[in-house]
Amino acid sequence: MINIVKRRYLYFAISLIVILPGIAALLVWGLPAGIDFSGGSLLEIRFNSTLPETDRVLDILSGFGFSDAKIQTAGSDKLLIRTKVMDEGTLASILAGIETEFNADIELDRFESVGPSIGKEVAVRAAGAVGLAALGILLYITYAFRGVKHAFRYGVAAIMAMLHDVIVVLGVEAIFGHFLGWEADSLFLTALLTIIGFSVHDSIVVFDRIRENERINRKLPYETIVNMSIVQTLARSINTQLTVMITLLSLVLFGGSTIRHFVLILLIGVFSGTYSSIFNASPILVVWENQEWKTWFKRSPA
Amino acid sequence: MKRNQRWTIPILILLALSIYINLPNNPGIHLGSFDKDLKIQLGLDLVGGVQALLEADLPPDVEVTKENMQTARRIIEDRVNGLGVSEAVVQIAGDRRILVELPGQRDPEQALSTIKDTALLEFVDFGDLSNQEASLLYNTKINTDYQTSSDLNESDSLSSEGPVFHTVMTGASIKQVGVSKNALGKYLVVFELTPEGSQIFKEYTTNNTGKLLAIVLDNEVISAPRIEEPITAGRGSISGNFTAETANNLSIQLRYGALPVPLKVVQTETIGPTLGEDSLEKSLRAGIIGLSVVMLFMALYYRLPGIIADLALLLYALLTLALFRLIPVTLSLPGIAGFVLSIGVAVDANVLIFERMKEELRAGNSLKKAISLGWDRAWPSIRDSNISTLITCIILYWFGSIFGASIVKGFSLTLAIGVLVSLFTAVTATRTFLHLLLDNIKFTKHPKLFGV
Repeated sequence: MINIVKRRYLYFAISLIVILPGIAALLVWGLPAGIDFSGGSLLEIRFNSTLPETDRVLDILSGFGFSDAKIQTAGSDKLLIRTKVMDEGTLASILAGIETEFNADIELDRFESVGPSIGKEVAVRAAGAVGLAALGILLYITYAFRGVKHAFRYGVAAIMAMLHDVIVVLGVEAIFGHFLGWEADSLFLTALLTIIGFSVHDSIVVFDRIRENERINRKLPYETIVNMSIVQTLARSINTQLTVMITLLSLVLFGGSTIRHFVLILLIGVFSGTYSSIFNASPILVVWENQEWKTWFKRSPA
Repeated sequence: MKRNQRWTIPILILLALSIYINLPNNPGIHLGSFDKDLKIQLGLDLVGGVQALLEADLPPDVEVTKENMQTARRIIEDRVNGLGVSEAVVQIAGDRRILVELPGQRDPEQALSTIKDTALLEFVDFGDLSNQEASLLYNTKINTDYQTSSDLNESDSLSSEGPVFHTVMTGASIKQVGVSKNALGKYLVVFELTPEGSQIFKEYTTNNTGKLLAIVLDNEVISAPRIEEPITAGRGSISGNFTAETANNLSIQLRYGALPVPLKVVQTETIGPTLGEDSLEKSLRAGIIGLSVVMLFMALYYRLPGIIADLALLLYALLTLALFRLIPVTLSLPGIAGFVLSIGVAVDANVLIFERMKEELRAGNSLKKAISLGWDRAWPSIRDSNISTLITCIILYWFGSIFGASIVKGFSLTLAIGVLVSLFTAVTATRTFLHLLLDNIKFTKHPKLFGV
């Protein structure tokens, strides 16, 4: 039988190697807040003729007091413009301005505008929603495993694995935000919460097996039981991950551009969720059972 | 019928029902007062349109009553209907916000000015119209000479034909309004006018006693009381067949021009029609491809049970889509993503069961016993893991409701429906199918069918 639990510190190290750059990116660059959270306006303009130079578009925007607008090209025929809050009247004038200046045939594919105060409130409540979801799940697991010794540990281990996935996703978002201009919007939040659900889903399947094996094999050491449970559920973990990833991958490859970012984040999160439930959540139970932290900083006997 | 197969008939009935509901040209269900079109409703991000979130423009410590928000919602709904948008949605989000969704609307500027404008209240001269003629005009739109001609051209909702009535004065002349009862116990709407208003009203009512004076809100006739005596002191009352509620509604409309709470736009989103169409086509294709590959994988890896799981998966897709039509669920892009994702979840329950079944088969159990054991032992995992997903869905739905973030709401609703339906199809339906087919097959003769 493969011994996953034995190499637990190797797998913890792998997690750390993935997480640390993300945490660094979060600390240095921060999470790129989209207008849903920071307030502002977003314009997506499609040109049925050639795209104009962004500098010249900025000149037009500056004329309306939006000199700090950020302009990006998206695809071969679109401009994405982010500004502070813009009203609909100004929008119409700006569109007319672009049309005449470049003699262009344009279409407004998307216009979003969020007041700064509501953005802030959404951000605060979003953090609350994540916290609440975590709490609800912790309570449920403690309840569902109430017959098992140390039921609370299972809840905490599942939450730690979940936090692992949350940090991975936040870190990736921060890194991609910096280099590719991704922004965290309410869809990102939706993806994050879904990942939380899935991560816990995976952990529970393994925990459930531990619960069952403990009942059948009372004499075996805990470490062996945990490893046995991970290995027995390995085929399920991998197959389920495969099917979810197949559906997500088909959305990335064939779905529209609007949700590509959302689906990519889900894909990364689901992968991380499976990893953490196999290689982190259950091994954490073993670390806890053996109280290994007592020996972490001691020199091993020579 | 054997215990293992008792679900056969209910499953067949559900299958037939869901196929019927999913027929492309379904006529809907129309039984007496029960009226339902069984169409998939597409969200703004798929058909294009304008969405706006309005918030009570009052200091945070000022409480906004539910009744006021309800009244505001109804008035906005009336205005929005004037835009001629079909399937517009106006709903209250949280305590002090109203969400407006206008599918198919192209021009955000026009839409928002219609929503935001304070309604125009006019007192209109109905000339020599009789009571009966006037009552025919109740709740219809009329033209008045107060509006400039350019306004008339812009707004499609006003008919360019029909008589143009004379506006005596507008709501700007009203100072105070209230509800009271007369000596007979009938409800009255009483009002007080500004000094200028009093002067206009005094002249007009003196010259037109006995005629009808219409109260017109946003061009719609809401009432046409008779001038019973000249109103000279700047105070008057409107009598009619009021109940406490209708009298109160009229007084609210008179007092605030229309909206009982001032509203400001805090968020807008406009999606062009091409972007929506493109997204719909692409995500549908992605969904079909994803579903096919997953089915192929299941059949190849789990053989016969896999094919049965595939049948259950098709049943799952049919049932879920039927529920979307029945409830109805407005399908947005994230909603489709939630649906596609839930295909993966639906398969998970089967994967859990089949892996377990294989173990029991390897341990030398009979097929029948392996199926039963597989289900019983996999069930706690399936239950606990799905409940945790449902907890997340509930929190997401709550979050989406407060902010009128219908995409978040749509996603959590479709995912939750998917989880619940998959519990039924992956657990009950697959089990019934398997028993129906396999109770008489000896596993020892065909181990390959099970991929063992």
